[in-house]
Amino acid sequence: MRFSGLRVLKEGLTGNKGWGPHWRDPAPKPAYDIVIIGGGGHGLATAFYLAKEHGLRNVAVLEKGYLGGGNVGRNTTIVRANYYLPGNSEFYSHSLKLWEGLEQELNYNVMHSQRGVLNLFHSDGQRDAFVRRGNAMINQGDDAELLDREGVRKHLPYLDFDQARFPIYGGLLHWRGGTARHDAVAWGYARGASERGVDLIQNCEVTGIDIENGHVTGVQTSRGAIRARKVAIVTAGRSGQVAAMAGIRLPIESHILQAFVTEGLKPVIDNVVSFGMGHFYISQSDKGGLVFGGDLDFYPSYAQRGNLPTQEHVMEAAMTLMPMIGKARVLRSWGGIMDMTPDGSPIIDRSDIGGLYLDCGWCYGGFKAVPGSGFALAHLLATDRPHDSAAKLRLNRFRDGVGLMDEEGTGAQHNLH
Amino acid sequence: MRLTCPNCGARDLREFTYQGAALNRPEGDWGESWDAYVHLRDNPAGPSQEYWYHGLGCAAFLRVERDTRTHDILLVALASGGAA
Ligand SMILES: Cc1cc2nc3c(=O)[nH]c(=O)nc-3n(C[C@H](O)[C@H](O)[C@H](O)COP(=O)(O)OP(=O)(O)OC[C@H]3O[C@@H](n4cnc5c(N)ncnc54)[C@H](O)[C@@H]3O)c2cc1C
Ligand SMILES: [Zn+2]
Repeated sequence: MRFSGLRVLKEGLTGNKGWGPHWRDPAPKPAYDIVIIGGGGHGLATAFYLAKEHGLRNVAVLEKGYLGGGNVGRNTTIVRANYYLPGNSEFYSHSLKLWEGLEQELNYNVMHSQRGVLNLFHSDGQRDAFVRRGNAMINQGDDAELLDREGVRKHLPYLDFDQARFPIYGGLLHWRGGTARHDAVAWGYARGASERGVDLIQNCEVTGIDIENGHVTGVQTSRGAIRARKVAIVTAGRSGQVAAMAGIRLPIESHILQAFVTEGLKPVIDNVVSFGMGHFYISQSDKGGLVFGGDLDFYPSYAQRGNLPTQEHVMEAAMTLMPMIGKARVLRSWGGIMDMTPDGSPIIDRSDIGGLYLDCGWCYGGFKAVPGSGFALAHLLATDRPHDSAAKLRLNRFRDGVGLMDEEGTGAQHNLH
Repeated sequence: MRLTCPNCGARDLREFTYQGAALNRPEGDWGESWDAYVHLRDNPAGPSQEYWYHGLGCAAFLRVERDTRTHDILLVALASGGAA
């Protein structure tokens, strides 16, 4: 089933009776060439690129709940390529290029909207850091534009420019950054993978990983044992538990990140805007809700809900930056489990166990990484060589101290990135 | 979430800072045990052994057992008292 304007018109005129399910719902087979644990954005994208780029179709994605029920459906949907350090820089740059062709590639409307991401700065030191970051982005081939205070005022006249404590000095504008419809990204990849023969198996929790003579042989699941020549752990916040099934201890601590949405309003915030003092960022969804968030709650959690102090902090930062939104009523808040690494950057690598691969450590930035990560992990699984864009996302950088990517320079503490 | 400090009693979460998993600091030079101490985590979904700092109270370092699934506080002791 292909989507097109004509098809939408025809279905609209004939009672929308012609739409079918977007993916098959198969029972697990006894064995696959490749098993992917986790049906979030990264797992589904990996399956899609395995089939599309490498012709590998004897592949299953095992998801303990329903497709897209994890962080891929809980995030604030920001897509950008404004990283500074080598390793991250080329990886996110590649991912953004994939985003730019994604809707055509998937024949699926993921509502990718390059509305611009504007990061504000509030001191001379911060400006210097942003100039440097902007130059790194340009050197990587991406776009960055430095705005002074008046330049920011032109775009966002509603900010509190004269706030005595954190006056706005300017901002770094990344036009190709923006947002996308998170569920649609999961659904589009799921549909594309299923169409190409990948089995997407829901309600299938992996409970054990079988290893013989240092090599993976399959997995145990709530729907029986499944043999596999290669297994990839792509379980985001749950990476620690799943890796433990293979006896692996990861450099990951799982933390809670909250997000908020208000009632729908008329269009008022055009871009994605972030406050450089006291973490806060915001955008407006196409439905009109203001979508915003801030820092982690800072303690480990699997509860998928946070506490009030962080909510208060986020609201205070919002009011400091843009007092006009104070009248909007918050409709909902929620939380997701973030796989935080000691340098705040991700891992796409082999493990020490033969045939067992890791894709984890996405912290709070793994939505924009979905295409790039799926592409790179599929490449690694298919060829056993890292893809150029992800060659520096190594597991051993922590042990060896070589190639760490600590963008914020906060040191080896999982919750500070 | 509230923590009951042995010195100060039950207090608001805002007074405390999470200081990381309660692990034993290894001896000697950099090696596997240091890598494990600095980077690797059990990251349990369930009871977790942690250090917390009562910065806006008595300034004591605390050893806390907390359930990461429910945020229930199971035990709080002074860290200086050694492992509980
Ligand atoms: C509030 C919030 C805001 C965010 N904002 C942004 C943002 O603006 N931009 C951005 O780039 N990123 C953002 N992120 C981060 C991003 O959502 C994640 O990094 C990313 O979604 C993680 O990858 P994933 O989609 O594969 O994870 P998930 O969707 O969580 O997928 C992992 C899957 O594994 C499954 N699983 C776990 N254990 C097992 C098992 N034993 N067996 C089988 N399946 C299992 C889970 O059920 C889950 O479906 C945000 C996250 C949150 C919570
Ligand atoms: Zn105290």
